[in-house]
Amino acid sequence: MAATPGLRYPSNKKTIYDRNLNRSKNAELSRAAFAYLFVEMISYAQKRVKGIADLERRLNQQGYPLGLRLLDLLLTRLPPPSLRPTRILPLLQFIAQTLWRHLFNRPADALEKSESDPAQYMLYDNDPLPNTYISLPREMSQLNCAAFVAGVIEGVCDGAGFPTTGVSAHSVGEQEGGGGVEGRMWPGKTVFLICFRGEVLEREEVLGRGGSG
Amino acid sequence: MVVFALFIISKAGGLIYNREFHAGLSKLEANDYLIVAGTFHGIHAITKQLCPAAAAPTPPAITTPSLAPSPFPSRPSGLEVLETQNFRMQCFQTQTGVKFLLFTEPHQPNVDTMMRRIYELYADYVMKNPFYTVEMPIRCEKFDRGLDGFVKVRS
Repeated sequence: MAATPGLRYPSNKKTIYDRNLNRSKNAELSRAAFAYLFVEMISYAQKRVKGIADLERRLNQQGYPLGLRLLDLLLTRLPPPSLRPTRILPLLQFIAQTLWRHLFNRPADALEKSESDPAQYMLYDNDPLPNTYISLPREMSQLNCAAFVAGVIEGVCDGAGFPTTGVSAHSVGEQEGGGGVEGRMWPGKTVFLICFRGEVLEREEVLGRGGSG
Repeated sequence: MVVFALFIISKAGGLIYNREFHAGLSKLEANDYLIVAGTFHGIHAITKQLCPAAAAPTPPAITTPSLAPSPFPSRPSGLEVLETQNFRMQCFQTQTGVKFLLFTEPHQPNVDTMMRRIYELYADYVMKNPFYTVEMPIRCEKFDRGLDGFVKVRS
């Protein structure tokens, strides 16, 4: 009897990366537990901070390492052939569909390319999960705590080789012109502005020419 | 199902939330609300000492909800229900000492389910709000909206 060389895989081809940490089927986590943890994260970020922009930057930094790790995990779990996205549009679709479904159990609501700036893309979410229990006081109405999710997106983009100048979260729910009927229906509607760096656009152009030529 | 008003009293006896849902109630000064809340807090504490006999511990087989759920079934609790010709006031005290006072019409069924639902709204939109300091007056927009939605549906 010859011993089989190499690594042995189980017959259903599932490795340790396909199972969730808490071994349950849907990988569910208590929403209340996350909410209380997020409250502490915001209080921690608020210490010695000098303004709203600084607070958003700290939340962004808290989400960044999550993005790096999630990119690797989700790519490993993709059905073969699991390829890392090399163009901007597949990357953004990966974020809007796979990443959003993994984190929030639903895809993002809209993905748009900005008219004015070729390096800027916009991802819309009608009701971001971290903001569900948060009511902003009047003096902090410009803050959007989804800056944490913006940090996760930035981590994914940087890890995939698409450096950004920044990913920021802005609330568009209460605007008169921008929302209309929709604005009132989703008061927490948030847009994530993703600004890629110059070298990403150059590379995109070269690849575009190479593909068609 | 008519709800007249909701008061929330903190552990120290100060009024942290008051809201009226029914038009046509006689208006009080802002100070009077604070006085009413403080008075109730004191009366609640006094009635807790006045309870004549220790209540028997409830056997675990009881599944029907009692008139007003109390946190310590074997210890006397303070004033829970006050019913008059025109209104009924029910007090729900949480494990941490926060009291919810609900004023409804006199013959209103299911007040304790309404209390539970209001307590859930409080636990969600007030306690999970990072910008709310505990025991301070409640200024959370989502809590107000949740209450509106809940009371309008019921009445």
